[in-house]
Amino acid sequence: MARVLVAMSGGVDSSMAAALLVDEGHDVTGVHLKMADTPSGLPGKGCCTLDDARDARRVADTLGIPFYVWDLAEAFRERVVDDFVAEYASGRTPNPCVRCNERVKYAALLARARAVGFDALATGHHVRLRRAVQPGGGGRWRLLRAADPAKDQTYVLYMATQDQLAHTLWPVGEHAKPALRAMAAERGLLTANKPDSHDICFIPSGDLGAFLRPRLGAREGVFVGPDGAEVGRHDGSYRFTVGQRRGLGLAGADRPLYVTAIDGDRVHVGTRAALEVGGLIADRVSWIAGAPPDTAPVAAFAGAAPPDTTRVAAQVRYRGRPLPAVLADAGGGRVRVTFPQDRPEGVAPGQAVVFYDRDECLGGGTIVTAES
Amino acid sequence: MTVYLDHAATTPLDPGVLAAMRPYLEAEFGNPSSLHAFGRAARQGVEAAREQVADALDVAPLEVLFTSGGTESDNQAVKGIAWAARDAGRGRHLVTTAIEHHAVLDSCRWLAGSAGFELSVVPPQPDGVVDPERLLAAVRADTVLVSVMAANNELGTVQPLGVVGPALRERGVALHTDAVQAFGRAPLDVDGWGIGALALSAHKFNGPKGVGVLVLRRELPAVPVLHGGGQERGLRSGTFNAAGIVGCGAAAALTAETMATQIPRLRALRDRLLGALLGVGGVTLNGSATARLPHNANVAVRGCDGEALLLALDAAGVAASTGSACQSGAAEPSHVLAAVGAPADRAHLRFTCGRTTTEHDVDAAAAAFTDCVKRLRDAGGGFL
Repeated sequence: MARVLVAMSGGVDSSMAAALLVDEGHDVTGVHLKMADTPSGLPGKGCCTLDDARDARRVADTLGIPFYVWDLAEAFRERVVDDFVAEYASGRTPNPCVRCNERVKYAALLARARAVGFDALATGHHVRLRRAVQPGGGGRWRLLRAADPAKDQTYVLYMATQDQLAHTLWPVGEHAKPALRAMAAERGLLTANKPDSHDICFIPSGDLGAFLRPRLGAREGVFVGPDGAEVGRHDGSYRFTVGQRRGLGLAGADRPLYVTAIDGDRVHVGTRAALEVGGLIADRVSWIAGAPPDTAPVAAFAGAAPPDTTRVAAQVRYRGRPLPAVLADAGGGRVRVTFPQDRPEGVAPGQAVVFYDRDECLGGGTIVTAES
Repeated sequence: MTVYLDHAATTPLDPGVLAAMRPYLEAEFGNPSSLHAFGRAARQGVEAAREQVADALDVAPLEVLFTSGGTESDNQAVKGIAWAARDAGRGRHLVTTAIEHHAVLDSCRWLAGSAGFELSVVPPQPDGVVDPERLLAAVRADTVLVSVMAANNELGTVQPLGVVGPALRERGVALHTDAVQAFGRAPLDVDGWGIGALALSAHKFNGPKGVGVLVLRRELPAVPVLHGGGQERGLRSGTFNAAGIVGCGAAAALTAETMATQIPRLRALRDRLLGALLGVGGVTLNGSATARLPHNANVAVRGCDGEALLLALDAAGVAASTGSACQSGAAEPSHVLAAVGAPADRAHLRFTCGRTTTEHDVDAAAAAFTDCVKRLRDAGGGFL
């Protein structure tokens, strides 16, 4: 039995995380993280609202566990939302869930949980955790894709470290989502039929442009066609993401046009074929094992001279398909990822590239540029 | 092992009080405003309770109004007196202090923000006591109400009503006081201090939740906040909460009867606890050591986060308090601690003893505190 703190968002996954840990006999405490400043008297919609705090509290009551609300709004704003806005302002497409896990949940929250005397932190993420068997014990922790592949969230947890994994529990990743809902209903948890959240939690309306416009203002610029000519105007490049087709407002084009690159206020557009890239450069690369993989099926990499190559499967977006990739040291802490077989479409700087060996998440980095 | 040391938040219902209430939850269900026998029986309970409260505060029964709690009493006093003065053309200026309960502070701010009043907010001294000279200096010719709490809910600091009150009476300015924390724990001289209005909350003195008292002296005009059936001199419409009011009366009587023995008993318990808390390194007292309610120990703990320490104590079975909670239940930074310049880089924890507190309780709390502080400091403090 361990003393476990469960981050309870008020959704069914984290509700079941708490329930499953109670079943396993742990000493469980729930905590709801207040991530946004909700104006009093105006309960909002989406994550981190009063409704969700209440739902989480009532689930904790049903499970008979202590429950607290911790205000992380300031840390969340500074470390996630401000970064999100700044990244869009720079023409990149950030992943706020990655930042939140890296800088809030598995940083400030885990540190406090341990300081207060908890052995582990649990969340409702759909991932699985295993410990490699090693003679004499002490094997390294491995992060595996969820039992329910449609719900897998390893993509937003690639930056986890061995120390974090040693103090984390992810019980729901062992179960398929329909089974979790059924278990929640059986227990009478009021979150059993709550819809899944898809939006960015601090933009419950889903309208990215409406969120960014008051923060970044109008920044007029031009669309640049495949031949380098101006094909239209826009009111702010931050509204666009590489790979985007809808909402460009480019009527009259004879073929569907996609955003292929964002360069300051210049938004490059092209055909779908132009979205394909042969490789990319990533920085801020981290490895779950603590070091690049050095055993079969991958070869030595990084730091080794001469720079050899590593073969992995690389995934360039949250719900993307992992593609065979070769990694090589690009110098300055950067990694060059090339795709010798299938080529990904719409590689957006700012998003994560995450590396896998079959079901195991090996690590990842932040996409800096695409390479043709 | 559970130790309850949060009597400033609420107190357990006294068994004798519950026994007094019970008939009004069962056989005596009548509406006290009804003219028939059922109504008269319930009305007797309400009026007897009014006399008990009046006796406890040495005012006339007619001057005791029952409300739904301290918050309503404060709202009715501040808004009702301010509106009546404005309507009489006597002025629109209000004075209060920066360490008032939000029921007073936000009522004053609301009047200033949307109802055409002007507000002066007087800061406390660093020891959590308001300087009477500074307060009186804020009073102007057009000041219609001064609201100063009798004792602060967080720091337990007792405010100088004995100095402020008579001076205001001389200048013809009405004084309202939130005495929710002070009643039963410090002397209150309504007549001698020239208090025009005074708020109490029954659950802070071993009575039931959902019942408050507003003492409104008969010469002080006020406009009602709630309109309806015209109960309570027309100032507090709504069917009497007979059982609650009877409980409030019984609790007030119990408090008044036992105050002389409870105050030294609480002080001894608090001093025993405080001695142990201050014995842990890096722990200091918040607020005045002397002008202080006898049951309150509020300490600053270096190297610890308040919420983290509270949670650790909760897990160890000790109930204390830090700040107040927002709608979602997260702890909010205290405006009182901010007003006295308490540093934000450490825990601020309030322990408050009560009628049911024992020496064993305070010893157990002190031991848990010592242990939790050490563990938390060893692990980095638990700051977010």
